[in-house]
Amino acid sequence: MSGGTYLGMPSFPAAARLATQDKQLRANLTRATHTIRDKRAKAVSELEDWSGLREAGKQIKDHTLRHLDQYLVQLETKVTEAGGTVHWARDAAEANRIVAALVKATGETEVVKVKSMATQEIGLNEALAAEGISAYETDLAELIVQLGDDLPSHILVPAIHRNRTEIRDIFRANMARYGRPAPAELSDTPADLAEAARLHLREKFLRAKVAVSGANFMIAESGTLVVLESEGNGRMCLTLPETLISVVGIEKIIPSWRDLEVFMQLLPRSSTAERMNPYTTMWTGTTEGDGPREFHLVLLDNGRTDTLADTVGRQALRCIRCSACLNVCPVYERAGGHAYGSAYPGPIGAILTPQLRGTGTALDASLPYASSLCGACYEVCPVAIDIPEVLVHLRARVTETEPGHRAERAAMKAATYAMTHPAAYRAAEAAAVRSRKLIPKAQKLPIGPAKAWTESRDLPELPRQTFRQWWKETHP
Amino acid sequence: MPTTALFVTCVNDVAFPSTGIATVRVLERLGVAVDFPEAQTCCGQMQYNTGYPAEAKPLAEKFARDFRGYDAIVVPSGSCGAFVRDIHPRLLGSSAPPPVYELTEYLLDILETADVGAYFPHRVAYHPTCHSARLLKLGDRPARLLSRVEGLELVELPGAEECCGFGGTFSVKNPDVSAAMGADKVAHAVESGAEYLVAADNSCLMHIGGTARRSAAPVRTLHLAEVLASTKDAPYEAVAQ
Repeated sequence: MSGGTYLGMPSFPAAARLATQDKQLRANLTRATHTIRDKRAKAVSELEDWSGLREAGKQIKDHTLRHLDQYLVQLETKVTEAGGTVHWARDAAEANRIVAALVKATGETEVVKVKSMATQEIGLNEALAAEGISAYETDLAELIVQLGDDLPSHILVPAIHRNRTEIRDIFRANMARYGRPAPAELSDTPADLAEAARLHLREKFLRAKVAVSGANFMIAESGTLVVLESEGNGRMCLTLPETLISVVGIEKIIPSWRDLEVFMQLLPRSSTAERMNPYTTMWTGTTEGDGPREFHLVLLDNGRTDTLADTVGRQALRCIRCSACLNVCPVYERAGGHAYGSAYPGPIGAILTPQLRGTGTALDASLPYASSLCGACYEVCPVAIDIPEVLVHLRARVTETEPGHRAERAAMKAATYAMTHPAAYRAAEAAAVRSRKLIPKAQKLPIGPAKAWTESRDLPELPRQTFRQWWKETHP
Repeated sequence: MPTTALFVTCVNDVAFPSTGIATVRVLERLGVAVDFPEAQTCCGQMQYNTGYPAEAKPLAEKFARDFRGYDAIVVPSGSCGAFVRDIHPRLLGSSAPPPVYELTEYLLDILETADVGAYFPHRVAYHPTCHSARLLKLGDRPARLLSRVEGLELVELPGAEECCGFGGTFSVKNPDVSAAMGADKVAHAVESGAEYLVAADNSCLMHIGGTARRSAAPVRTLHLAEVLASTKDAPYEAVAQ
């Protein structure tokens, strides 16, 4: 999992197979997800009007998405009036070009980063590195990922797959390459690890002239950006440097401050299971004598407009990146985040990635199938994204547009034919009862379902008589 | 007199006829003149959920034809029941779902009967299958019925709300994750101390039971209908041929 890129990842089942065999990873993930899961349930149960809040969050997002054109223009106007500069990026490459050019214009070769999903999505760090610019992650978990030459595996807790001994080893081995080294005798206690990271990052904060961030929300009526975080490292980046560049997906917009109230309740409880997150930073353009002198907002499309055009799939754009769906997902818990091959793992990734990137690769085409459709994700989603509905919708898109489904389609057609033609159904049923096997041997599905099933499970032997036959005998 | 039909489901028809038989036994014991429209086959869930809605639609149309005119359609499967109720109207462009009732809904909501006269002297854990719990929202209906079964000791299943990993074609498209989930479900069932793990969906039970048998785990799987059909005179082993 090295090199910091998702390119060339195998399809989901192949990647998940390795993860299910990794006992340490399974233990790390089970412990972590169950802890957050239980805490979230408690934090949510404290609010009597949770279902009302959830409905409000859903409606605000749907309304905003329906009028996205108006709100984006309003936001641009307000940000510009407040002294900021707005840039529009059609895709990842354009966004990366814009940010690199802005950094170069400052004459700097280093930037500090606030934890941001959008910049992970577009691979900004790698693009900046190619231009001779070093991007330093300052979120503790993102720092662990960066120092370990690794990839994030969770939206909220990017290093969830690492335990503290692994983190100590990463700090000891690699901190010196990026700046202040870790103490040689560094232990694996949380306090020592945090102190090593604090000293390492402090040096960066005090030196940096340019910061790059994302945003949780953008308020159209005033042009204000909002970042929620736990550590305060984000606030250091958002206030100390001279230039701030924020890369934000166009769907992160909300109309008004009044709307923010709903999300300030929904997001912390769903995400970190807190009533309120420790640090909320809000800024509107630039302010004389306070904070960055220069502010640039890069509005990122990168597949979002296409997603918006899909009447079923567009609900994925409501997502506020809380990661509650990851923490309850039994598939995520066993497959781990890397198997999803994108910055967005778990159930939300399984519906977002194939929409943002398309289903042209084996990995992206396999993502809509990376779910048992158990529905736990939909149940906890604070903006009521019906993830199973979108998964099934995307499966239909995959079978329509991607190669390799001919045999499966033939089997499905044959099944439907048999099920809609009584004589064919009786013949198939009789054959099954005769062979006493549920999956016939001459199965031509590409994946070999009989083998896939029997590797881990016994198949029941079929009874000698169908229900239908019993009914005929007993109810003449 | 309202008319009641049984939708046995294709999986039960061929692989688990004992569940269909048990459903008929329970209903007839309670005085319901249940009918079995013999043209019935399958609801089309596998096709739809695997990404072939065009192959599912003829089955939704056929279902509507086969069960036209009945006041109630009883189905001993949470998953198939939810599919007919939630997705068939969408496939057919209609607003009214067919009057389908999962067995526990029919017993408690229509017949208003919690005590079905069953006898099952065993330790039982109940697994709320995902579609029966999250789509049909059966809630405590199964527990209310099980708690009235004479001799039955209902024990708690750890991690009950967690998916068993069956998921239809998920079980063969992602066999490793599916198996890992199944193994955990079996471990929880064993931990509960139950002799029988009971649920409202035989497809999930086929996966859990197949996993349990492969690892020789000391727990058996059984459909809820068969527990409810079991009486002192006719214990379930006899009903199951």
